[in-house]
Amino acid sequence: MFTDTKPFSNEGLFYCQTPKKVDEGILFHKNTYFCTLNTIQRLPMSQKVLLNATEVHIALHRLACQLIENHDNFQDTVLIGIQPRGVFLAERLKQLLQTDYKIKNIRLGYLDITFYRDDFRRSVKPLEANTTQIDFIVEEKKVVFIDDVLYTGRSIRSALTAIQSFGRPTEIELLTLIDRRFSRHLPIQPDYRGRQVDAINKEKVKVCWKEQDGEDAVYLINN
Amino acid sequence: MSELSVKHLLGIKYITEDDIRLIFETADHFKEVINRPIKKVPSLRDITIANLFFENSTRTRLSFELAEKRLSADVINFSASSSSVKKGETLIDTVNNILSMKVDMVVMRHPNPGAGIFLSKHIDASIVNAGDGAHEHPTQALLDCYSIRERLGAVKGKKVVIVGDILHSRVALSNIFALQKLGATVKVCGPKTLIPKHIEELGVGYEGNLRKALEWCDVANMLRVQNERMEISYFPTTREYTQQYGVNKALLDSLGKEIVLMHPGPINRGVEITSDVADSKQAIILEQVQNGVAIRMAVLYLLASKIKHNEDR
Repeated sequence: MFTDTKPFSNEGLFYCQTPKKVDEGILFHKNTYFCTLNTIQRLPMSQKVLLNATEVHIALHRLACQLIENHDNFQDTVLIGIQPRGVFLAERLKQLLQTDYKIKNIRLGYLDITFYRDDFRRSVKPLEANTTQIDFIVEEKKVVFIDDVLYTGRSIRSALTAIQSFGRPTEIELLTLIDRRFSRHLPIQPDYRGRQVDAINKEKVKVCWKEQDGEDAVYLINN
Repeated sequence: MSELSVKHLLGIKYITEDDIRLIFETADHFKEVINRPIKKVPSLRDITIANLFFENSTRTRLSFELAEKRLSADVINFSASSSSVKKGETLIDTVNNILSMKVDMVVMRHPNPGAGIFLSKHIDASIVNAGDGAHEHPTQALLDCYSIRERLGAVKGKKVVIVGDILHSRVALSNIFALQKLGATVKVCGPKTLIPKHIEELGVGYEGNLRKALEWCDVANMLRVQNERMEISYFPTTREYTQQYGVNKALLDSLGKEIVLMHPGPINRGVEITSDVADSKQAIILEQVQNGVAIRMAVLYLLASKIKHNEDR
């Protein structure tokens, strides 16, 4: 059995870093394996690299510059990372803006949308909440939502409702690293995008971060 | 762990330590929610909850109702004093009538111990016990332990003394179960007449002397003297009770350490606790009330997530 499994999808797929036997999982990249939790199956799976570390790096710099173009010194702007995966991207951008572009006083908050989702009691797994941490008021501020992948748009719809609890922003923009085209359920589009991807529904896009997954990369996984 | 092991919250006895931890973690998130400018989330917007109070209650009922409304549930209220219970309707009939109006969850307080358990065997809706006679009051125990965890960092290893009327108290029994499941040591203190005979069987110590009990403990939970439940006299006079088991400033100051004081309310000021103590920084009585809403939101949210969407259509 795998010891450090982490859920990857809603269909009972997991990934982990240290399987007891190498042949029990599917090699994902470097030392990450795919498995199902109880019955280890060989999944007919392939993956390709959408962005490697250098490309992620370039995309982050471009996104940071685009943000500066529109928000100048960020005096009236706040960044909101969408929990759970958007916070890594948000932290990176904040770091970039502060160190490379010398912008001070960047306000960054985390928003958890669990209680606002429209699939409560519809999914097999119960929804688990994450921390919301917004130490400022968004009233009369420009808000930039930051998430790693834009897929159906439902998370962003929930986030749009959730942010209202913290005041009335003057405007809300959306920044995503990966924009999955042609898969939207709602009329929501990003204002800043790292890369546009045409992925069919069965495919999955996985964004890896050095802090969490050991490397910066974006994969397209087909199973 | 992201799911409760039970469908109903009937008592702390029937849930696991993991359940309690999950409720606490979820309550942490809701505590953040209720401190926002807008304190409402839409999670339970398609759930209807009936608050059935067959016994008087103010704060528990308000706390539940507020928790339900902050989760956007639809709420109907029922109190026995203004209902057909007076006309002789049975409990199952009353509840089934209400459930036929498509209610998903029931929050019930009832004067008879075990009323919730009885009902859970006869109806489909999720039941939250809001106090059944002298049996259990699980959400009160959860919010008490949550408040201890908040103030002292953890419940594990802490020494808690429950002072007062243990015999008639559902708060005491639920607290004993919850504290023990979370790894705390529990003692009870009070006049011998108000201590159940076989309390040691629960692994609870008895201390007759209040000063010794307070010197031993980290937390003291002061219970109210429930005069309305006493058919006979258990102690000579209220004045004598206060002299032996009432906490005052002088007593607290002479302990040589700072203990945390709790009270489930309503307080009889000047009986089990004096006014200056109740209003001091050592008392976390109002924190308990605030945490009550977050804990009840967590319980309702977690139980509602077990009601499958398709089943109630």
